Amino acid sequence: MDFLTVIQLLDSTVRLATPLLLACLAGLFSERAGIFDIGLEGKMLAAAFFSAAVAALTGSVWIGLLAGIGASVALSLLHGLASITFRGNQLISGVAINFLAAGLTVLIAQDWFSQGGRTPSLMGGARFEPITLPFADALADVPVVGPVYAELISGHSVLVYLAFLTVPVTWWVLFRTRFGLRLRAVGENPAAVDTAGVSVIGLRYAAVVICGVLCGIAGAYLSTALQAGFVKDMSAGRGFIALAALIFAKWRPWHALYATLLFGLFGALETRQDVITAVIGIKVQGQVLGALPYVMTVIILAGFVGKAIPPRAGGEPYVKER
Amino acid sequence: MDVVPKWAEVILVPLISLMLAAILSALVILAIGEDPVAAVNLMITGALGSTYGWGYTLYYATNFLFTGLAVSVAFHAGLFNIGGEGQAMLGGLGVALACLLVPWPHWTIALLAATVAAGLFGAAWAAIPAFLQARRGSHIVITTIMFNFIAAAVLNYVLVNLMRPAGSMDPATARFPEAVHLPTLHDILGVVGIEFSKSAPANVTFLIAILACVLVWLLLWRTWLGYEIRSYGKSESAAKYAGISPFAITMIAMLISGGLAGMMAINNVMGEAERLVLNAVEGAGFIGIAVALMGRNHPFGVFLAAILFGFLYQGGAELALWTSIPRELIVVIQALIILFTGALDNMVRMPLERLFLMIRRGNA
Repeated sequence: MDFLTVIQLLDSTVRLATPLLLACLAGLFSERAGIFDIGLEGKMLAAAFFSAAVAALTGSVWIGLLAGIGASVALSLLHGLASITFRGNQLISGVAINFLAAGLTVLIAQDWFSQGGRTPSLMGGARFEPITLPFADALADVPVVGPVYAELISGHSVLVYLAFLTVPVTWWVLFRTRFGLRLRAVGENPAAVDTAGVSVIGLRYAAVVICGVLCGIAGAYLSTALQAGFVKDMSAGRGFIALAALIFAKWRPWHALYATLLFGLFGALETRQDVITAVIGIKVQGQVLGALPYVMTVIILAGFVGKAIPPRAGGEPYVKER
Repeated sequence: MDVVPKWAEVILVPLISLMLAAILSALVILAIGEDPVAAVNLMITGALGSTYGWGYTLYYATNFLFTGLAVSVAFHAGLFNIGGEGQAMLGGLGVALACLLVPWPHWTIALLAATVAAGLFGAAWAAIPAFLQARRGSHIVITTIMFNFIAAAVLNYVLVNLMRPAGSMDPATARFPEAVHLPTLHDILGVVGIEFSKSAPANVTFLIAILACVLVWLLLWRTWLGYEIRSYGKSESAAKYAGISPFAITMIAMLISGGLAGMMAINNVMGEAERLVLNAVEGAGFIGIAVALMGRNHPFGVFLAAILFGFLYQGGAELALWTSIPRELIVVIQALIILFTGALDNMVRMPLERLFLMIRRGNA
């Protein structure tokens, strides 16, 4: 296996890890505030559709991105209404949101475009184009550093850089600001936060909305950057892999980055089986790679490799007075 | 004493939730430029207007009966089994192995063996998440979701690499032998002289599903085990104090739940397709969640809800055939039902509680 293959493999790892990373950080905000969210998948799907549809209609990918974020936040607020205001079961609400998105996207796509549940292919300004970083072309011929810079670091869409930037920002917000401290506290011991005179409901809604925004960007990336248009069920379980990555990362931002990069690498390897055969000498079935993130998460959850302890008040609706 | 009387709890709350879901669905149909009344009429004639329609409605209902019961049993133990989909996939594998490996002389014996195999495979797939929940404290919802994906990968591997007949490109097993062909409702009702559509897939498994309903009811409300399952689901600490083992109840409830989900395969794999294909379950495992919520986790409620969803599925197929409304409309309706009967339950219940309190005060 030559150097260029490694670069190509890592390049597609980054591409595939980006939506996982954004969705994983989305889930991180929500679950750190004590709201379980298995509806990441549905929110991504809704955002993927609305950003592609609006981008196709207006010709501007930025308006599309806003529409995608709007759709995702709307579903987040529905989740908030069910699980915060009406103190319903958060898991059931998440399941409902996944189905709602799966059904509505196809229904609306068929109504708007009549192309069998897809949007028209996006072109030009309706897509996020790759950005060439400064000096990428000039440096391309420098050995080792050149290809790494020109092929791996440069040449992604703006959302990829945004996603990677979200990691330190998330860390800073959660661990270095007052809002972050309160948000984490509300996921561990909401009664204490309430006693301190801070609104539990307000904080949880804030967390759920942030989750919606990040899921929205993740979905927009799928349909306007990774691919050129929406197709039915295009999130393809990525929301659940992000959930797996979140547990794998034990609800920590930097670890979320590592976990999603690892799962992104599995995804990249699925299309480059020749590489695996060349490296370890045996043929690995594609199904094995596809199932690996889930198997690893189950092992982590079982506590065989370190213990994954979720936020203590996760999944519990907060009742002010009993 | 509860604020809301029992009859309101059992009938009124689900009915209001269902109506809310129906109103929103009608608005969705209006929004995509179709006529909701015409759509409902078409669904009713398509699903209930002929024995052909009934045959499909009951066929779908059979699937949902098994998966709905599966979710209910786990719910009674306070466990949310979201893995019915994967358990039903594995059940299909059990049925395929039972039907293909042994040359059965008659369908009755084959059905018995296939039922056992389906139940065992489904239960085995639920056993690992159950064990991890009971012993290692890993959340059953997450592990069962993960196991759905792992099941899909396992099935894909087995069908593509191991069970595909030589020379076939299709990721599916060979056709089951003629001897394990299950009698359809056409064959059964023909004996007593009732005309029933020949091409509809409803078969003898529907009767087994009804039997399963009765058995689950007996188990939950007429045996010690059922009592222990329900008390564990109501209050874990009280159950522990009464000497009920959380480990045993978690395992048993999940094994029964997984077994029931797996048994769905005798309907769709053995009764209808007569071979195992990749996408045999078609989301029925997830519909089980909606059916269980709608049916208030009671076998009779699950029976009614399964028939309702069978009707929705067949009606939705007819809609997709004759109008420009895609089949996904049913997914939306299903989502709304899960939302209103499950997650937004309190939204319906709180105003009702207030209403009944007012009435009571008025009487006093």
